[in-house]
Amino acid sequence: MERVPVLKIGDILLVSIQIDMEDQVALQLQEDLADRIVATGCHGVIIDISALDIVDSFVGRTLATIAAVSRVLDAETVVVGMRPAVAITLVELGLSLPGIRTALNVELGMELLASERDPDLDLPDDEDDEVGAVVPAP
Amino acid sequence: MTAGGDLTAVERLAIRTDQDVVRVRQLVRTIAVAGKLSLVDQTKLVTAASELARNTLVYGGGGNVEVGRVENGRRTGIRIVFADQGPGIADLELALTDGYTTGGGLGLGLSGARRLVDEFDIDTAVGRGTTISVTKWCR
Repeated sequence: MERVPVLKIGDILLVSIQIDMEDQVALQLQEDLADRIVATGCHGVIIDISALDIVDSFVGRTLATIAAVSRVLDAETVVVGMRPAVAITLVELGLSLPGIRTALNVELGMELLASERDPDLDLPDDEDDEVGAVVPAP
Repeated sequence: MTAGGDLTAVERLAIRTDQDVVRVRQLVRTIAVAGKLSLVDQTKLVTAASELARNTLVYGGGGNVEVGRVENGRRTGIRIVFADQGPGIADLELALTDGYTTGGGLGLGLSGARRLVDEFDIDTAVGRGTTISVTKWCR
């Protein structure tokens, strides 16, 4: 059976799902992530689904379970990279993934997690220009 | 049972394992692309097929699927027919209700799949199995 790799980057576990997962593979990922959160003490999980051309109710439920289990283990989950057609289909299917944080890409997901761990850090789209002067010129 | 039009260029697959559910998704995707469905319609049809293939496996105890092109006057589309010889569905109305499940899932498979396609026909009887036909028309 194939397995989805879990990468550790600093305080974050990064999962990029690149295969059309059998249901068992999705369940294995759920277990692997819980184990890795406990083993590493990471406080954030990013799941990149930009390669998935569909998310059905089973994968949707697995993502929701991963987010809930992570939270119990003191880690926040952000699902990133959902394709527009996948989002439309998920909502019509009846799954709006309540309780799951999302971001458009990995970079924004990492910023979201960083801002949650450190409330002093502003998200870049915040209109707070007092710290804007510190941004280095391009 | 199904509304108008004969199935042509039919591809068949058995649904016996998790891996077969993946194969059904891939087959439907290939045929939906060849049939020139829009990206959103491809995504909806493949998602519906994934739900129904899993139902065939989990509730029907396995079965088979036929995927083909269908024509109805000026319209062309893709039709998928799932068939199993499982226990059948005793209360169809209940089974089509959002959130109702006997299998520990979310209860969105059947009801959700119906929303994702243009035509949805179901033929089921207790002890005889279930046949579900779904069609997505090209726009």
